[in-house]
Amino acid sequence: MDLGYSKEENEFREEVRNFLAENLPERISEKVRLGKRLGRDDMARWHAILNERGWLAPGWPAEHGGTNWTAVQKHIFDEETWAAGAPRTVPFGISMLAPVLHKFGSEEQKRHYLPRILDGTDWWCQGYSEPGAGSDLASLRTSATRDGDHYIVNGQKTWTTLGQYANMIFCLVRTSGEGKPQEGISFLLIDMDTPGVEVRPIILIDGEHEVNEVFFDNVKVPVENLVGEENMGWTYAKYLLTHERTGTANIGNSNAALQRLKKIAGEQRKAGRSLLDDPYFAARLARVEIDLEAMKTTNLRILVDADAGAAPGPESSMLKVKGTIIRQEINDLARRALGPYALPFSSEAMDEGYNDEPVGPEYANPIAAKYFNNRKMSIYAGSNEIQREIIKKTKMDL
Amino acid sequence: MDFSLKDDRRMLQETLMRFLADNYDIEKRHGFAMSDEHFSREMWGQFAELGIIGALFPEKVGGYGGEGVDLMVVFEALGRHLVVEPFLPTLLAGSVLAGTGNIHLLEQAIAGDRLLALAHGEPDSRYELERVATTAVKKDDAWHVSGNKAVVLGGKAATHLVVSARTSGEQGEEKGISLFLVENRESVRCRDYATFDGYAAAEIVLDDEAAELLGEEGNGFPLLEEAHARAITAVTAEALGAMEVARAMTVEYMKERKQFGVPIGKFQALQHRMADVLIEIEQMRSAVINTAGHLGDTPLVRERYASSAKYLAGTIGRQVAEEAIQIHGGMGMTWEYAVGHFAKRIIMIDHLFGDTDHHLERYIALGRNG
Repeated sequence: MDLGYSKEENEFREEVRNFLAENLPERISEKVRLGKRLGRDDMARWHAILNERGWLAPGWPAEHGGTNWTAVQKHIFDEETWAAGAPRTVPFGISMLAPVLHKFGSEEQKRHYLPRILDGTDWWCQGYSEPGAGSDLASLRTSATRDGDHYIVNGQKTWTTLGQYANMIFCLVRTSGEGKPQEGISFLLIDMDTPGVEVRPIILIDGEHEVNEVFFDNVKVPVENLVGEENMGWTYAKYLLTHERTGTANIGNSNAALQRLKKIAGEQRKAGRSLLDDPYFAARLARVEIDLEAMKTTNLRILVDADAGAAPGPESSMLKVKGTIIRQEINDLARRALGPYALPFSSEAMDEGYNDEPVGPEYANPIAAKYFNNRKMSIYAGSNEIQREIIKKTKMDL
Repeated sequence: MDFSLKDDRRMLQETLMRFLADNYDIEKRHGFAMSDEHFSREMWGQFAELGIIGALFPEKVGGYGGEGVDLMVVFEALGRHLVVEPFLPTLLAGSVLAGTGNIHLLEQAIAGDRLLALAHGEPDSRYELERVATTAVKKDDAWHVSGNKAVVLGGKAATHLVVSARTSGEQGEEKGISLFLVENRESVRCRDYATFDGYAAAEIVLDDEAAELLGEEGNGFPLLEEAHARAITAVTAEALGAMEVARAMTVEYMKERKQFGVPIGKFQALQHRMADVLIEIEQMRSAVINTAGHLGDTPLVRERYASSAKYLAGTIGRQVAEEAIQIHGGMGMTWEYAVGHFAKRIIMIDHLFGDTDHHLERYIALGRNG
């Protein structure tokens, strides 16, 4: 056993730090730090900066623009980018669709779509969930009927994150009603400018527009937009759900959030002393830090195994469940740290141009909203109940 | 022992519940919460007419209730509808006025003709009642107060502010805190906003503001503490009402929502979690009954029950709110579906009058003294 980072790994960390110091726009990191809204332009700009350096899609095969980093390097990159206040890269094209195209896409699809993901020509969103198909994803009903050189798509997708910015959507659609529900699903790429596609906002409990409903009314999709084989979409979807695991545990995110929380707690006063010196709060903080430290190692153990060729399995479910619980606990502590100043809230204050003096500490405004917004983490990408079900089924002989 | 409500309280409960059922659906509530003042003056007038404000105060000061059980009955109902009108600020400031014998103004407030707020918390006071830095000085026989007050519930709309200020002693001392009445005139600087769950509050700056002393100089703390014990009874009952609704909505959803060919309520993992939620809400109800029933007891007994209830409102509230959202899945995250708003209120109540940790620590300290 050797738990230390190698000289090369430390040098790599230094390289990432220097890159971030020189290239991450302060305007963007400031927004991340203060919990202000990031617009499409902010995200696109950060993608372009990473792409320029060749670091936008570390997980891709090197010949398509990947980095050939080891699991440890990916972990270091994740930790450093979050710590610096970089926005997360939008995962739909880079880490959800691309792995499927690499493995199952046609040469033509790879040649066409992959460069457009990197250079920002296409903004992808995900068409998986439906109003009647959430945890039970395989019961989806959006249909694609073959008509000559096209599929005709009808139905509705929901919880489509950042769909308002997207020009492309990858969808699971039903191409057959035969056999088990999983057997009649296909993986289809749809241009959102096609007539019959309509995007409607869903406003979340924090008042934000982050997810959408997407409606398909007789939408004509060329057959060459089918990925892989017809009725094999479930296999690709499952591959997608287990493939990109660096971010599943939210380590970098939680780590950065914990550092910010400590800073806030250090500035908050309870009975005249720092909240960090309050035994009640300190105990809460210690518990989550202990969990996170162990989680870092759990994450690396799994990633290193995957590097060595271990097949993806229920490990990503473990990372999802525990990782989201830790992240949500940090959100909970952040609202506690603020005391009564968790209460005031101004949606306008989350705009970039807002210059009024803050109510309470400058970091306070988004914290209650963030606590509620991150309740989504245990719901999305396969709810934590579904993840536990996977663990039960695959790890225990019950 | 008898845990049932007496006839007059049952009537109060029925009247209020019927009124809210007819006049206060969630859409209307959002409309009030998102209006300029973050509440409806018209609704407030109707609550006054119905006698609901009077139910918060005893007869000798112009009301017709004022016992713990009255607060419990009224606020549980308000919690079931997420009512945003200024009941809490009225209760806080009104309890002080009742204690200092300022009956005339209180009667006007009960009639709905005046609005009251308690300007007590400060930017650095967190949840500690005794941390008052605002000062009052006497010049030519007239008092003047100066200082910053934080997260004053109902502060902007109030016609009169009950203000805590130090007339002697150090920032953390109970002795030396006095209470004053300040008219909320132009010169009082008020920055108003809505809280995350939709209630009106304000940051207030007082700069040498003319004030009338309430009660005895330097001896305001016991009144503040009692007013907060009453407010804690109220707000824990409100949380209880919101929890009951969140639980009922979640159970309904479990029966309707089908996945894997069956209602999700058929899954044992979810059933057991909701059974725990039910057990905990019963504990919450008992804690509210305890604090309501001991409001008239000695301060030490009263405060221990108040801290118990508020501690539980924080811990149980988090469990209920988070389970309600989680079991609703994405629907629980949407603005459109009501359950998220109940969850918001339940969680944000943890930030009023002391959170879980504050009251756990206080409970221990009170036990040491007792």
